[in-house]
Amino acid sequence: MHAKIGDKEILKGLDLELQKGKIHVIMGTNGAGKSTLSKAIVGHYDVEVTQGEIIYKGKNLLEMEPEERALEGVFLSFQNPVEIPGVNNAYFLRNALNAKEKHHGQKETNAAEFLKLMRKHIEQLGMKPDMISRALNDGFSGGEKKRNEILQMEILQPEVIILDEIDSGLDIDALKSVSEGINRMKNGERTFLVITHYSRILDYIHPDYVHILQDGKIVKTGGPELVKILEAEGYQAVQKDL
Amino acid sequence: MAQEEVDKILSQEYKLGFSVDIEADTVAPGLNEGVLRFISAKKEEPEWMLDLRIKALRKWEEMSEPHWAQLDYTPVDYQSVSYFSAPKQAPNSLDEVDEKILEAYEKLGIPLEEQKMLQGIAIDAVFDSVSVKTTYSKTLMDLGIIFCSISEAMREHPELVKKYMFSVVPMTDNYFATLNSAVFTDGTFVYVPKGVRCPMELSTYFRINAKNTGQFERTLIIADEGSYVSYNEGCSAPQRDENQLHAAVVELIANKNAEIKYSTIQNWYPGDEKGKGGIYNFVTKRGLCEGENSKISWTQVETGSSITWKYPSCVLKGDNSVGEFYSVAVTSKAQQADTGTKMIHIGKNTRSTIVSKGISAMHGQNTYRGLVKVSPNASGARNHSQCDSLLIGPNCGAHTFPYLESQNSFGQIEHEATTSKISDEQLFYLRQRNISEEDAVSMIVHGFCKEVFTQLPMEFAVEAKELLNLTLEGSVG
Repeated sequence: MHAKIGDKEILKGLDLELQKGKIHVIMGTNGAGKSTLSKAIVGHYDVEVTQGEIIYKGKNLLEMEPEERALEGVFLSFQNPVEIPGVNNAYFLRNALNAKEKHHGQKETNAAEFLKLMRKHIEQLGMKPDMISRALNDGFSGGEKKRNEILQMEILQPEVIILDEIDSGLDIDALKSVSEGINRMKNGERTFLVITHYSRILDYIHPDYVHILQDGKIVKTGGPELVKILEAEGYQAVQKDL
Repeated sequence: MAQEEVDKILSQEYKLGFSVDIEADTVAPGLNEGVLRFISAKKEEPEWMLDLRIKALRKWEEMSEPHWAQLDYTPVDYQSVSYFSAPKQAPNSLDEVDEKILEAYEKLGIPLEEQKMLQGIAIDAVFDSVSVKTTYSKTLMDLGIIFCSISEAMREHPELVKKYMFSVVPMTDNYFATLNSAVFTDGTFVYVPKGVRCPMELSTYFRINAKNTGQFERTLIIADEGSYVSYNEGCSAPQRDENQLHAAVVELIANKNAEIKYSTIQNWYPGDEKGKGGIYNFVTKRGLCEGENSKISWTQVETGSSITWKYPSCVLKGDNSVGEFYSVAVTSKAQQADTGTKMIHIGKNTRSTIVSKGISAMHGQNTYRGLVKVSPNASGARNHSQCDSLLIGPNCGAHTFPYLESQNSFGQIEHEATTSKISDEQLFYLRQRNISEEDAVSMIVHGFCKEVFTQLPMEFAVEAKELLNLTLEGSVG
């Protein structure tokens, strides 16, 4: 796949296959194209895919609107979740859940059931109870924003989960509760694409595959052992190795 | 999302643009003493009223149209407007109301019919220049509450009308108010006696139907000591290519310990995307908190009109009196609004709150203009103003002109203002969470307006939300 942002080509013949039920990690230096890849998958307006396709459940995601992709189970945990003042967090999330339920012909969760569900998850994630009544991401700290992304993931129960630098800016307690949230979602069916700079989150969630992204291409794929090599010798060693 | 899609949503057709074919008595266009005599005779008014009208006309002829507002429009030719139009047969009861008028109100969703009266809203409907039907008058009468057309009030309760009319908005207050004083045709009169809490919402629905006519209604609401009333007004007009004039005056008087809550949903025809047609809405609304501990609260949702010039205000004369102004003003297409409020603190420990939410889309221009004045004797006066603007798309504008005048150093005035845009990133975020583009826009806009909508009576809040969705359908980019 080739993709550009503005006039600049960022992904230059990227080829990647995600195995159902597995955890894939993508590592790479700044500017390698990690976020562009995640944006291309969810249909972000910044990214223009010039060549190639993204096949999911036999359909080309590139032909679908962002909300259609989401309704089919593709979830992105944003690197910098945007603040939406005035929109109540619980109201928003129930709408998101109801939209999915409606799409799949299921009964829509009512307000009372939803509040119960949300309270349970908020507690599990060690979030403050006022997360129910606050406006979406509005005035949230970095850690609160990331936990709120995980909260949405746990409530919406998506099938393909892209975590774009979920670990950046988190203290150790937040990192732990976020990782626990991710681990609760593992069920052998869900597929994860974890984008990160650092290996520390990988102490908590154990990847099946590790891919190294350099200059818009996957340059190396391996198991968890690849992380150890990276940690010891850096990206340059991996590049040399090529 | 693509700007075109947003524009598509925003340029949504006006849903209430139908006109009804009813036989009407319409006076020939033009403004002169003869027209005033005609109106006064039609209304079977007392002589003193005609004299006042003529006095107002003389004064108006010496005045000139004000142009200090941030509005750009083709000047009004006051001689080409017809100042009176009425359905030919003046109805006395619901049975006599022209079926076509009832049909028109049905289209508007106005609960005029008996069955809908069960909803517990008393309604006065003003069609072009006359009040067609006032419901519930009897029930209210038992409590001593007067709810009738202003014409009827002049005949039946002249002492109240004489005492209070022009007492808050003087006859020659400003150009448009003076015009209204000369030519006003109908409107609503409410009087709530001492200690009575009005048990139901009172509503008036204004409809301009006839071509080339202006609508000039006058509303007068008096809440006597310790009473309470909540009053709502709504309005709409047919879709026409020429501009139609609407110049209303509203006066509120709250005596000691009384409270008046006044809510407006303004949905006059807004004109098209190029600015053709639409209502010119020049309105003077003012409330007087006459007695101590009185309270007047204005809530307005302004979605219609091509030009809006409107500043519902409070004169806080009584000690400890409270004034509130909650406003959502939407300008889409080529609409322009210059709206806000004046809070005049005269009594001690008077408090006022201003929450203004302006939403601009397409080529809409939205201006907040507000004055907070603290007089020398108003020790302990407090004001909090919050003016937020939301821009949708790159071609609209938002402007804020807060004027603060304090002549008392023991007053406290706070002003906050924000301007934000619905960003692509916000829309994308919501779409990534299963929510369609249109629902996403509506969710953000409603979030923005929440503080104001919570001030509206329940039925009105639902209507306001729907109206906002219609007005902004397709407006994001």
